[in-house]
Amino acid sequence: MRARLLVLPLLALLLAGDPARAVEPLVADLSKHLVAITTGFAGTDVLLFGAIEEMDGDKAGDVVVVVRGPNKAETLRRKDRTAGIWINSGNAKVDNAPSFYQVASTRPLEEVAPTAILDRHQIGLDHLDLDIRVKDQGSDLGEYRKALFRLNQTKGLYGDKVLEIGMLSQRLFRTDVHFPANVPVGIYMVEVYLMSAGQVISAQTTPLVVSKIGIGADVFDFAHHQAAAYGILAILLAAAAGWLAAIAFKKS
Amino acid sequence: MQIYLPIAEMSVNVFVILGLGGGVGFMSGLFGVGGGFLMTPLLIFLGVPPTVAVGTEANQIVASSVSGVLAHWRRGNVDVRMGLILTAGGFVGSTLGVYLFRWLRGLGQIDLVISLCYIIFLGIVGSLRLVESIQALLASRRQAAGGAAIPVRKKHQHSWMHGLPLKMRFRRSQLYISAIVPAIIGLFVGILAAIMGVGGGFIMVPAMIYLLGMPTAVVVGTSLFQIIFVTANATFLQSTMNHTVDVVLALLLLLGGVVGAQIGARFGVKLKGEQLRSLLALMVLGVCAKLLVDMISVPNELFGLGGGGKH
Repeated sequence: MRARLLVLPLLALLLAGDPARAVEPLVADLSKHLVAITTGFAGTDVLLFGAIEEMDGDKAGDVVVVVRGPNKAETLRRKDRTAGIWINSGNAKVDNAPSFYQVASTRPLEEVAPTAILDRHQIGLDHLDLDIRVKDQGSDLGEYRKALFRLNQTKGLYGDKVLEIGMLSQRLFRTDVHFPANVPVGIYMVEVYLMSAGQVISAQTTPLVVSKIGIGADVFDFAHHQAAAYGILAILLAAAAGWLAAIAFKKS
Repeated sequence: MQIYLPIAEMSVNVFVILGLGGGVGFMSGLFGVGGGFLMTPLLIFLGVPPTVAVGTEANQIVASSVSGVLAHWRRGNVDVRMGLILTAGGFVGSTLGVYLFRWLRGLGQIDLVISLCYIIFLGIVGSLRLVESIQALLASRRQAAGGAAIPVRKKHQHSWMHGLPLKMRFRRSQLYISAIVPAIIGLFVGILAAIMGVGGGFIMVPAMIYLLGMPTAVVVGTSLFQIIFVTANATFLQSTMNHTVDVVLALLLLLGGVVGAQIGARFGVKLKGEQLRSLLALMVLGVCAKLLVDMISVPNELFGLGGGGKH
């Protein structure tokens, strides 16, 4: 949400600063605005596409896309050897780790914008502003930060690298963002930046909803909102299944 | 074919889960054990969160024990009175176990405790069984060669147990002992069952034979009888306190398990009892060794996510 709050005044400024410009310098959209986790869900791709306006006949600039899942609190634990076995010995709490984070860009990020700009908009893992509180004698914040990224990358929730954005005739761009089967639910923000000469020329934010749909969603809601009934039903279901099995296979 | 598990929040291949249920069901039919001690570690290995594996396995064991106990019930091999005393202890034990589980999860040590419980109890039970079945195999060979028969264990040995109050008569088991002993056994096994995601038969059965002195004919039926209630209690508590019972996963495992158990039982008839027992002991020790190696060897990843910080 913070990114969006930053973006809106920025857009307003841009529009106010150049009233003569009729066309938007940047338009972008998604192939779908809902990722539905159904019973058969095994991950999906969302296509992000758009166009940038040529500026004074020059190459318009670079496009950078950030897909960010809702923030959540995470606990990281580190194992250490105690009496010959590996035991969780230290931990760190992160309050605002994005549950999903992918960046795509037309060129490497460091060539597109200076660190200050990347930091301000939190573009790229190295530029995320994370609040990590470490309780561990044997490790430090840097290690935990790296571990958070590595673990989420292993799960496919953080990008291993900055994805490439394909350009068509200097104006049209497209990129595929993959959402794995274990993608967390919530409202995602897809931020598209148009950069030129190390500055953000234009930006646009589109929400993307990731939600459980169908029987799976009903089961989840039931289990969480009527836990006692769910528990009893689970027991009855199991008992009935066991009884049926015994009858079906009874030796006559 | 992929299916999304709503509580585990992951996508799995239906046939892998059916196969897993079938395979473990085959083992349980073959050896006459519950199979929870195989299933829970395998589910964790597949990537199911340990908390969900333990909660769901409790649910599945309700089904397999109901289906198992019926045959014993028909033959009159269930000591209901003994079963109810064990269940009373088991209820308290599994409740304590679920609370303990939650507390350890908050501390971030639940995985360690699950592994340690498996290593310790599978190690002990597996070793004892292996030694016993090797002795029996040797003895039967000696007997076949015309040697002396194995000494029969005395049935009514008197020990400290017989001095305890609250004595009760258990007709089916032909016992007159204090109700405190089975209640405590039930309590202890209940705690383990809740933490390890097993029925606890592999500890309960030897405890009934060696500690209580119950006749072997009623041991399995009575153990299954009390497992139904203890795992039902664990299922209920895991559902309400931790939200970690995945019915979709449980049903899939069940489906495979039912078929596997029938095939296994038919195979079991063809093998000799002693061979079966030593095979089972080896398998139990195998699981134990695998977990021990995992615990001692340097992990690929020293860091882990989750546990306590959720929601």
